[in-house]
Amino acid sequence: MDDPLLPHEAEVAEYIRESAGIFTLRLRFRDPAVHAGYRFAPGQFNMLYLYGAGEVPISVVSDPLDDTLFDHTIRALGRVTRGFAQLRAADRLGIRGPYGRGWPLDQARGRDVVIITGGLGCAPAVSLINYIVRRREEFGRLVIMQGVKHADDLIWAERYRRWSQMAQTQVVVAADVGTPLWPWQVGHVTDFIGQAHIDARKTIVMMCGPEGMMRAAVGGLQAYGLPESAVWLSMERSMQCAVGRCGHCQIGGKFVCKDGPVFNYPQVRELLAVRGL
Amino acid sequence: MTLPNPGRKPRVAVHKFSSCDGCQLALLGLGEDLLQLSTLVEFVHFAEAGPVDPGAEVDIAFVEGSIGTAADMERIREVRAKSRFLVAIGACATSGGLQALRNLAGGQAWIRAVYPRPAYVDCLATSTAVSRHVQVDFELWGCPVSSRQVTVALRALLSGVQPVEERDKVCMECKRSQMVCVMVARGLPCMGPVTRAGCGALCPGIGRDCYACYGPAENANAEALARRMEASGIPSAAVGRRFLSINSASPPFFAAGIGRMDSHD
Amino acid sequence: MEAGFLQHGRFQALLDVLHGCGYRCIGPQVRDGAIVYDALSTCRELPQGVRDLQSAGSYRLERTSGLRYFGWANGLQALKPMVFAPEETLWRVQRADDGALRFSASRPSFANLAVIGVRACDLAALALLDRHFLGTAVADPCYAARRSGMFLVAVHCSDPSGSCFCASTGDGPQASGGFDLALSELDEGFIVETGSARGADTVAGLGLEPVTASQRDAAARQIDTARARQRRGLPSRDLRAALVSNPEHPRWEQVAQRCLACGNCTSVCPTCFCHAVCDSMELDGSAGAHARIWDSCFTAGHSQIHGLTVRPDTRTRYRQWLTHKLGSWHEQFGRSGCVGCGRCISWCPAGIDITEEAAAICSGSSDG
Repeated sequence: MDDPLLPHEAEVAEYIRESAGIFTLRLRFRDPAVHAGYRFAPGQFNMLYLYGAGEVPISVVSDPLDDTLFDHTIRALGRVTRGFAQLRAADRLGIRGPYGRGWPLDQARGRDVVIITGGLGCAPAVSLINYIVRRREEFGRLVIMQGVKHADDLIWAERYRRWSQMAQTQVVVAADVGTPLWPWQVGHVTDFIGQAHIDARKTIVMMCGPEGMMRAAVGGLQAYGLPESAVWLSMERSMQCAVGRCGHCQIGGKFVCKDGPVFNYPQVRELLAVRGL
Repeated sequence: MTLPNPGRKPRVAVHKFSSCDGCQLALLGLGEDLLQLSTLVEFVHFAEAGPVDPGAEVDIAFVEGSIGTAADMERIREVRAKSRFLVAIGACATSGGLQALRNLAGGQAWIRAVYPRPAYVDCLATSTAVSRHVQVDFELWGCPVSSRQVTVALRALLSGVQPVEERDKVCMECKRSQMVCVMVARGLPCMGPVTRAGCGALCPGIGRDCYACYGPAENANAEALARRMEASGIPSAAVGRRFLSINSASPPFFAAGIGRMDSHD
Repeated sequence: MEAGFLQHGRFQALLDVLHGCGYRCIGPQVRDGAIVYDALSTCRELPQGVRDLQSAGSYRLERTSGLRYFGWANGLQALKPMVFAPEETLWRVQRADDGALRFSASRPSFANLAVIGVRACDLAALALLDRHFLGTAVADPCYAARRSGMFLVAVHCSDPSGSCFCASTGDGPQASGGFDLALSELDEGFIVETGSARGADTVAGLGLEPVTASQRDAAARQIDTARARQRRGLPSRDLRAALVSNPEHPRWEQVAQRCLACGNCTSVCPTCFCHAVCDSMELDGSAGAHARIWDSCFTAGHSQIHGLTVRPDTRTRYRQWLTHKLGSWHEQFGRSGCVGCGRCISWCPAGIDITEEAAAICSGSSDG
């Protein structure tokens, strides 16, 4: 019987240090058949098992069409993720996935796309951005907004610079606390939504980050008269099984692991309004 | 935690402060596992087992006992300075232990009352947890800690990860073991609902009420349990004593216990 | 379907048939002052002439002069531990010297249980657990292994306890389905109903007698009495709207003052399914295991994400328990998660009553 909870062995092909405390694992399954059969959509996540220590849910950041490797960008914050930070090329781990519902790419096609992320919330969006960039003609304007607490927290600065030079693309990066040579904005990223020049008739918004940031962003978007159904957000909760059984990821009646992590805003409007759900 | 110099065995010390030595038995009582362990680590200081080198630099230090003397205060700083990862083990090291009862009663007065020549007793007025003096990287609660706790923590550290903290209530373990609640079915004043798991609900398993030797659990509502016990007819002072016992200096237990010790109903 | 009447003195014959079919019988027994399910070899182990006195935070057994085996309401646990084990290894992993990992699934051995004395509320709860663990594209393998082949002998409830409120949830006292056999216990014996073909096969050779009209009347009367005797109840079977619209009700803070957040309610709840995973390793580092253990929405670990505890206090944790159980279950399973067994009331060391709290929150009243 196919076991939904059994990991497959994978190995680290490459370890990339993104910043102090943030790193990317580039991975492949050891079994070529498993690797060949693995497909994911931007916004989905895998369960990564560190030998003996446990599993953590991490979104896939690489391009879904890259069939050589798949990437996870991880912040070394908890017990298991700090353990993952010590892995090196050729080290083994367990992977099962992908899980959850990803970004609504079909609905985004032909429309302007605004992507608002905060902190490491940019990771689940990178795969999305790459997807759009590779098929640029299928989408309208692209606005990428990323907020960090401190300028030093920004990872992938080069990517943001590169994206900002593309046609029909606007990039807003903001740090609550800047540094002397910080080339971007200072303040909450949501303070700059007014500069995004959103056309409410043809825009879809996707966001990922702390709930406070997403609440503020929804507030900022109201000024444009954007319909709520045009807003999608990726939620985060504790996930231990990833198949809707362990109960940890519930927010209201939703299981974030299988009903999400990406939700249409009206699905979670009331839930997002209450703290501590 | 990252282990240094792959290829050499991690160095481990077991230090004793003010304590009964009982927690060290969690290691000494391991049997065959102790042999296994000695192939994985080098015990450079473990007086109870043989090696003595208290000043050695180590990767992992287990510290048993509370800080009860001026010399303890000095020595724990040295231990900290020489240890990359410091684990406090047992009620004495994590809360001040049974001997912290003297904190409540004016320790010096007790010493004068008990010893014919109190001047020979060099001891602080209080017994305090290791974490009150130096940074502690991990705590194992219990009086005493079990071999399981120590080996699980050590195994995690050898793998380069922080051990899992057990902080849920004893009730969770008790129910998982499918034992009948001694409080609900027999009216015993069980401390399980406020006490940290880790023992496997040892006392309820033999029909006794838990006496909180593993200290307060996360989010322990000690006041509510104390009121519940009083409502069941147990005198306030007796309820207070339930909290002011092995872990009297832990804040939730102290808060629930101290006000009740004055009452004499 | 009514199959016939089994004299009280011939109850062992039913157990013998089940044993003969290869089942391992599990039945209620008295242990440590409570009724618990355990392996049953003879009917002498059943709690004959015993009744349970239950109230908020209290459970006591008492001897009666009666000879009935099932003259009590319920025990510590429903069927949950038999299908969703409190601790269960899901898979194991071995690490070779070169670091290679080999994963292998772990499965419980096939148990072939026959459970005797199952209550209507237990069956309703089992149906919910079945939906949770089996009712999606990929069934939970461990649950499926434990559940498959389970033979269920229900006994309609004649003696509800002070904590029971199955009448208000619609789940009892009479078992309406999900059993292989259902019994109505009268002083002189049992009316036997069959609920499945294998149930019918089991009793076919028992030599059941015809049921008399007065026996049938007595059985119906005691169900009516059992329903009427229940003093607790939920305000409605669907409290979703009332709970969801009251997240800041002061009652949540009031109950948090009394609640010990100990997880006893969720542990004895026959439908609570939350579980944590825990990973372990052999001391020499050569192998590991990945297990699940019962968790509770009252623990910090339940809502913890990288350094943030979404529900940091008892107020938000109790609110999660109640709004999930009586509210968002409707969204997930099309009904409330409460079957009215009353265990969370009796086995709460603080004596908190879910029906009282639900009534207070849903009436909009905020006084304690």
